[in-house]
Amino acid sequence: MTGRSIQVARPGALTTIQDCGRPGYAHLGVPRSGALDAPAHHRANQLAGNPPGAPVLETTLTGVAVTARAAVTAAVTGAHAAVRLDGRPVGLGTAVAMAPGQTLDVGPARPGVRSYVAFSVGLRVPPVLGSASTDLLSGLGPARLTAGDVLELGDAAAPDAAAAAGSRPRCPQAGVPAAPVPGERAELLIHLGPRDDWLSDAGLAALRDDAWTVSPQSNRVALRLAGAAPPRSRSGELPSEGLVAGAIEALPDGQLVVFLADHPTTGGYPVIAVLDPRSLPVCAQARPGLTVTFRIA
Amino acid sequence: MKFRPAGPSALLVEVDSLDQARALHAEIARQRAAGWAPSLLDVIPGACTVLLDGVPDHGRAARDIRSWTIPPVPAGSRPVTEIHCRYDGPDLPAVAAQWQLSVPEAVRLHTSIEHEVAFCGFAPGFPYIAGIGRGREVARRDSPRSAIPAGSVALGGEYTGIYPRASPGGWQVIGQTTAVMWDLRRDPAALLVAGDRVRFIDVTP
Repeated sequence: MTGRSIQVARPGALTTIQDCGRPGYAHLGVPRSGALDAPAHHRANQLAGNPPGAPVLETTLTGVAVTARAAVTAAVTGAHAAVRLDGRPVGLGTAVAMAPGQTLDVGPARPGVRSYVAFSVGLRVPPVLGSASTDLLSGLGPARLTAGDVLELGDAAAPDAAAAAGSRPRCPQAGVPAAPVPGERAELLIHLGPRDDWLSDAGLAALRDDAWTVSPQSNRVALRLAGAAPPRSRSGELPSEGLVAGAIEALPDGQLVVFLADHPTTGGYPVIAVLDPRSLPVCAQARPGLTVTFRIA
Repeated sequence: MKFRPAGPSALLVEVDSLDQARALHAEIARQRAAGWAPSLLDVIPGACTVLLDGVPDHGRAARDIRSWTIPPVPAGSRPVTEIHCRYDGPDLPAVAAQWQLSVPEAVRLHTSIEHEVAFCGFAPGFPYIAGIGRGREVARRDSPRSAIPAGSVALGGEYTGIYPRASPGGWQVIGQTTAVMWDLRRDPAALLVAGDRVRFIDVTP
């Protein structure tokens, strides 16, 4: 008798397993990782009847398709996407009952980037440093999905090991409200510092007034924004210092790098501002080409 | 000491030197063990900073830290980890030339220093090991190598680093060690953590 499971029919461009990540190891150089759109992750688990923080699938741009090998409740949240069960449209953001053999297909994100697909009662993944998350910067956690992969599901009678692991704070972003998926433009709320003194007054004004474009080089490590370099009051690099999720580095070539979940733990370019946590889910759903402006809190 | 907000729930504490950052980091560890700031998720030491991630009340955290008497970290307070190194890296001649030394002299210099891990970053278990000192900073390569093998011992700025796994990198590779820098079966998984003392042993055949 094997456990309950699902099988990957179509992995999409990039589908990984994500939970709330690995806080508490940054001093060893371990990225926090975890679901980029934390409210969507949380909502998917709620709809599927899972414990908060249970591991789910995170897709990128082109969705995913999975076939149930047991009766399972699924839920899809995040990017706007057509969801079909054996070809029949079902709702985004609702609980979907899957019978064995049925295939759930999450279509391309339009708009948005990432869908979150929860299965009752969570994916069963051996935790690494307390988390089931795939960390694409450092290679910790499970590999990205490929066609034919079989993913074991948790057992309601034996709560998921990752969700139950330790007494460490499990969800650093718990309580962050959901944000609308951005369409053509997005305004990001930022807090100046810690190195806003590297910008001149003209640089601060540019941050307030200019628009940037999301670059196709964006990924789970960082949202990269192309635009005119905000004028600086000094040049060079800093001695390496710690980074938080949402830190915005100003690169010498003018690019702004907004660090997301798989960000390196230290960096040497000035962090001129940090995103408000409410804007992190917006960045998770920001497509290449999106116009971005900043509002200073 | 300067307090710089890093978003609504993190605070970057800036000091004047690596020694001060080490002392502050050690004091934060003591205060945490005694129950200070239970909301803290991560404490990340840097070259001249300590980042506190998980302190929503910046003012209170700053007041608390200012009220502490922070003792300097006593010399020799941590055990020495010996790293056996084969000094045969492709960039060793260039580094020796930059230091205006012969290759054997450069190796003797690197092995004569008692180094100390300033902080970890870049990758899990990658230590920034201070010791080569001001005046001997090593510039990064003009073009980074696309693959540096695991165990490579390399110099960047005033630090020696050891690559825990193969990765691209722009540091100057001077040697190779068989030491396992990152092993999830260990606790901590990192062989070297901030504050550890390091001595390199020349095992070039």
